Amino acid sequence: MARTHLIRQQPAGKAETLRFTPLRVVGQAGTSFKPEHFAAILEDPPQQGFFEVHAENYMGAGGPAHASLESIRRDYPVSIHGVCMSLGGPSPLDPQHLERFRLLVERYEPAMVSEHLAWSTHENVFFNDLLPLPYNLTTLLHVCEHVDRMQATIKRRIFLENPSTYVAFEHSTMSETDFLAEVVKRTGCGLLLDINNVFVSAANHRFSPMTYLESFPLAAVEQVHLAGHTEQLDSEGQPVLIDSHDGPVSDAVWQLYETIINRCGPVPTLIEWDSEIPDWPVLRAEALAAQQILDRHGATGQVRDAAE
Amino acid sequence: MPQNNTVQLSQSGRKQAFLFSSGLLAPDSPIPADLRSPHGTALADRYNIYRNNVTVSLINAVASIFPAVQRITGPDFFRAMARFYIRARPPSSPLLFEYGRDFAEFIEAYEYAQTMPWLPDVARIERAWLDAYHAADADGLDPAGLAAIPQERVGLIRFTMHPATRIVRSLYPAVSIFSQNRADGEVLPVDDRPEDALITRSGNQVQVRLLDTGAAEFLLALSDGAQLQDAAQVGLGLNPGLDLAQLIAVMLEANVFSSLEMDQIDD
Amino acid sequence: MSKAPISTVLLAGAITSALSTLAIAGPLTKAEADAAVAAKKEKCFGVSLKGQNDCAAGPGTTCQGSSTKDFQGNAWKFVQGGTCTSLQLPGDRKGSLTPLTRDT
Repeated sequence: MARTHLIRQQPAGKAETLRFTPLRVVGQAGTSFKPEHFAAILEDPPQQGFFEVHAENYMGAGGPAHASLESIRRDYPVSIHGVCMSLGGPSPLDPQHLERFRLLVERYEPAMVSEHLAWSTHENVFFNDLLPLPYNLTTLLHVCEHVDRMQATIKRRIFLENPSTYVAFEHSTMSETDFLAEVVKRTGCGLLLDINNVFVSAANHRFSPMTYLESFPLAAVEQVHLAGHTEQLDSEGQPVLIDSHDGPVSDAVWQLYETIINRCGPVPTLIEWDSEIPDWPVLRAEALAAQQILDRHGATGQVRDAAE
Repeated sequence: MPQNNTVQLSQSGRKQAFLFSSGLLAPDSPIPADLRSPHGTALADRYNIYRNNVTVSLINAVASIFPAVQRITGPDFFRAMARFYIRARPPSSPLLFEYGRDFAEFIEAYEYAQTMPWLPDVARIERAWLDAYHAADADGLDPAGLAAIPQERVGLIRFTMHPATRIVRSLYPAVSIFSQNRADGEVLPVDDRPEDALITRSGNQVQVRLLDTGAAEFLLALSDGAQLQDAAQVGLGLNPGLDLAQLIAVMLEANVFSSLEMDQIDD
Repeated sequence: MSKAPISTVLLAGAITSALSTLAIAGPLTKAEADAAVAAKKEKCFGVSLKGQNDCAAGPGTTCQGSSTKDFQGNAWKFVQGGTCTSLQLPGDRKGSLTPLTRDT
């Protein structure tokens, strides 16, 4: 029968070492980098802003993915966002995956590196979703051990993202914000505050997003994520929000964002849009809306930036 | 903290993750016991959001590796087939561009795909396409290097393949079916014949070519380290009309090889 | 299979011809280059699908949920669609090809 022939190959040549100019991201808004936008981005006049990619999609050996990211990285700061490290799971981190991540950070010299308070792999199955964990001493020890390991391996401070969730756990003994504050205290990591995730979780668990944000360790916030969500009804007719990243940021989330930027200064902010991806000008316009809010609060941020 | 206590905690974490994950790809299994939702809203609905996210994201991953297969079967057929596939053989690596290596074998055994015996080979070409896309970077063979070989020694050349190069052999017209369905456009009747595909990457573009009879054997002999004269003999033995000049031009144009070397002439 | 060795002259001729077809063996006049390009288009390259990297970059990871529902396993139905029905060959049964025998 038919067979695919993996042809005998020579070892791949060592990739050229690239040197990039360090680029600043404080006070800037960025977007997810999508390959379908690459040509349109190149046609744009150079501007401020940054691009974020999922780490795992750039862990191939070579080819067009790396060529386009290298090109982007020459002109813009890049944020590397890990999706699959499974920091929130009980299993030890995958040493192979850690090494791939280390090489990626070394290669692209990103302005920011982040991962999730979630897990996605268990017993050799990768679920391609950010799965929730109970918040208690057991899981705190796992997460801190994993964050320490990751930061030590890639020799960088990472920013840990708060999740959007649809269920809670009987075995949770801490609030999510206390849990995150404890991880920051024990590992020295920063936080990536996803305000849409706060809004989605708040609606799904029936708490106030402002109450959550008031107990959030805001001093550790180094990056903000914004995205669109979808409202659905469950079988009892109750609303449930899905963190779908398939549309513009909602008005309520913009309001929370402005409150946070007012309080924290111009923290680098990313617009995520991962399904039903629009043409580049639509996504860029969403980032420009965030940029306006950042610019309005620029003075506050300069004070904070200078103090660091 | 005493060590035995840590071990216990760690085990309970594993048990929790096991309970949560065990139902994600099994739609009929019970909801994990320790989940809660506010005010008693439908808990199963909440857990099903995770089931749905996992299932849809993995089906979408399969669909984006195999767009021609999806166009051939139509999206409803494809998504039903892919749903069985992701449950039977979920990914083990977070690198999703590595997923789907056994999808062709799955289709071969899939009851409802039996009337499309060429479909697994179309899937093999698509899987090879993505391998070529992500393969390591390497320079293609410089034609000047080939031009510099003294004429009396060309038979002794051995080539090293470019990391992106793949060959898929089919007893069916899989290359024609693939090429008509990888893009939008009219689908025309195809000749019923065996077809071999050459998949390469040149100038960061993945390219798929139909190989003449004997050409796959010729290229596979070269990839096994045969000298050019021996590989040519294999190809011409199968197809006396094989156009070697055309084939060598394709080899250079398509970046099939990255380098060549010469053996010493035996006296 | 023929045991007669492939002649060096034949191989050298094929390589020379291939290099001239590619128009890269040496500097060519514009007319020569155009002719070579024309010949290449006409003759050499068989099925070649280019320029589809943007639309087929393969799968990516997700950090978002799905707003479409598609996980119910047993709500399966065979839906005729797609292009498979157009793929029938003369004399073959619908949407399928008779397997060929070939030495394996």
